[in-house]
Amino acid sequence: MRYKILTAAFAATVALNFAGPAAATDLEVTHWWTSGGEAAAVAELAKAFDATGNHWVDGAIAGSGGTARPIMISRITGGDPMGATQFNHGRQAEELVQAGLMRDLTDVATKGKWTEVVRPKSLLDSCTIDGKIYCVPVNIHSWQWLWLSNDAFKKAGLPVPKDWNEFVADAPALEKAGIVPLAVGGQAWQSSGAFDVLLAAVGGTDAFLKVYKDKDAKFAAGPEIAKVFKAADDARKMAKNTNVQDWNQATNMVITGKAGGQIMGDWAQGEFQVAGKTAGKDYTCLPGLGLNEVIATGGDAFYFPLLKDPEKEKAQEVLAETLLDPKTQVAFNLKKGSLPVRGDVDLNAANDCMKKGLAILAKGAVIPWTDQLLSQDSQKQKEDLFSEFFAKQDMTLEEAQKRFAAIIASAD
Amino acid sequence: MSKSERPNQLFRNLNAKIASIPMILTAVVVFVGGTVWTVLYSFTSSKLLPRLNFVGLDQYYRLWSTSRWLVSIENLAIYGVISLVFSLVIGFLLAALLDQKIRFEDVFRTVFLYPFALSFIVTGLVWQWLLNPDFGIQRVVRDLGWTSFSFNPLYDSSLVIYGISIAALWQGTGLVMCLMLAGLRGIDEDIWKAARVDGIPTWKTYLFIVIPMMRPVFITTLVIIAAGIVKVYDLVVAQTSGGPGIASEVPAKYVYDYMFFAQNLGQGFAASTMMLLSVVIVIVPWAYLEFGGRKRG
Repeated sequence: MRYKILTAAFAATVALNFAGPAAATDLEVTHWWTSGGEAAAVAELAKAFDATGNHWVDGAIAGSGGTARPIMISRITGGDPMGATQFNHGRQAEELVQAGLMRDLTDVATKGKWTEVVRPKSLLDSCTIDGKIYCVPVNIHSWQWLWLSNDAFKKAGLPVPKDWNEFVADAPALEKAGIVPLAVGGQAWQSSGAFDVLLAAVGGTDAFLKVYKDKDAKFAAGPEIAKVFKAADDARKMAKNTNVQDWNQATNMVITGKAGGQIMGDWAQGEFQVAGKTAGKDYTCLPGLGLNEVIATGGDAFYFPLLKDPEKEKAQEVLAETLLDPKTQVAFNLKKGSLPVRGDVDLNAANDCMKKGLAILAKGAVIPWTDQLLSQDSQKQKEDLFSEFFAKQDMTLEEAQKRFAAIIASAD
Repeated sequence: MSKSERPNQLFRNLNAKIASIPMILTAVVVFVGGTVWTVLYSFTSSKLLPRLNFVGLDQYYRLWSTSRWLVSIENLAIYGVISLVFSLVIGFLLAALLDQKIRFEDVFRTVFLYPFALSFIVTGLVWQWLLNPDFGIQRVVRDLGWTSFSFNPLYDSSLVIYGISIAALWQGTGLVMCLMLAGLRGIDEDIWKAARVDGIPTWKTYLFIVIPMMRPVFITTLVIIAAGIVKVYDLVVAQTSGGPGIASEVPAKYVYDYMFFAQNLGQGFAASTMMLLSVVIVIVPWAYLEFGGRKRG
């Protein structure tokens, strides 16, 4: 009797195994997209991949890239690689590629003519190491945005500012109305990123490149960068009463009108969208802080660890193709609030802010981002410096700039 | 017990020796081997993956000129002194009070020991809320009428490490109390009677007779507390994640951040070697006095 039940159960499991489509392969994909807007965007990728007959196993890791990357890296170096994983394209996965742990995608890329469709070209360049392509860029994220709450300015009886300087001038009036002028969350990457944005906006594109690309320490200690530190000083004074940690909590302060504005990448836009806000009416976005309209071509990319299972390898190829598919690109980027990596897709559904970004992209006013220019080590030191600078109101500008120049001098 | 009478010393208790081989191997390979490996690679310029290209003391020079590391060391010193002194004093006082043959002793003991059942992460989150100015203690007191009351340690750079120490004491004192209580119960009743006959006041009996007799218990407690101090990490991560700015950073967090976030293994190894060194500097003189002295005496 018992034997029969066992056989039946066994037969049932076998039957179940064959129930799905024959080619279905599970592929685990790890990423750190967990906020409301991000989760909605990643669901689009999963949907597109599932439609190819494979199965997207979601491996979301909460707590932003800083928390997620060590987990991903130790899984890859520890011999338990996932099917595919997100990184910011640039130098985060550089050593993994050099150690031969990542899969070379050049074949897939040639087949899909990636070099022709991906724009700007610098995106694919950051995926290329020794002439081979190792990652699929999926979006362009730019940090250079100032998000302003129209409500907050109305409450303070002010017109919405046109650029950073006007915004700084409005700060006392905002404070009087009980509004935190600038929201900067407590996580270190936020204050460090805000400084980089100020550097590109106040200092200009050349200054930005001189510091981060050429790593000119003397220039970083000079008077032009001192101007940027002056602006950063304004920012830390305006951000004094923020008292939140996560970036989306800070964005939420802008959404609810508790804060006047936030310097944050275009991923903040997803949050505005989830909250049902309209660009231009409820909030205003100023690319390049309204001073220097450039956007940085940072962003996210998927890397594919080297696997032994040929079925999974095949699924990896399918995923790589799916990610760059025009339809997926549009669906994903609209939800994410980022710009697509293909120039040939139709983005009529894009909102005001995204259209501003697309226009700047079309003009070619792009700069590489720090993820592409600096090693994680230098980035971390920079984060330590600026989180201290923003938290310690009595740290002098001279001291901060001296330490900044020292980081640039030893940067790689 | 002289050796000449028992030539086969090596094969005595053979079963026990064979049984302990796995543990010996673990100790040698994992602890000693891992330590040596870490120290060795701290002299290299390893980034994301360990590589053997030696750079001498570069990592250490960089470490000691980094303000975040210096802040971490300072915080660890403050945190260490506070937890050592207060958990010993409070723990002993609680134990002495519980030892007065009070009613409901079991209840009190359970209540005081309960926080220890929580992990540091939970403790940290609980105290993050309690110390939050908008939701916690400050808010409650203000709602009671003292509107100018201000108690906001976690968002103040100069106070934050004390806010963390409060949480650590809340969690750890119960254990110290239990250890002390066990020690107190181990003191022979006759000693108390003798002291009473001699007319020695209770506090003097505690201070000059009982505490010196409890020396082994104190040493055990000290080792447990000290180990907890050096490795403090999760409490800080849960309560402040090092903030505001870098005001509540601790060495263990520096090690982790530089090894994994900054992808700079060499720097992380250098920092962890310094942590090991500080433990060795404390342990070796103490062990020498404790064990070396006894043999001679």
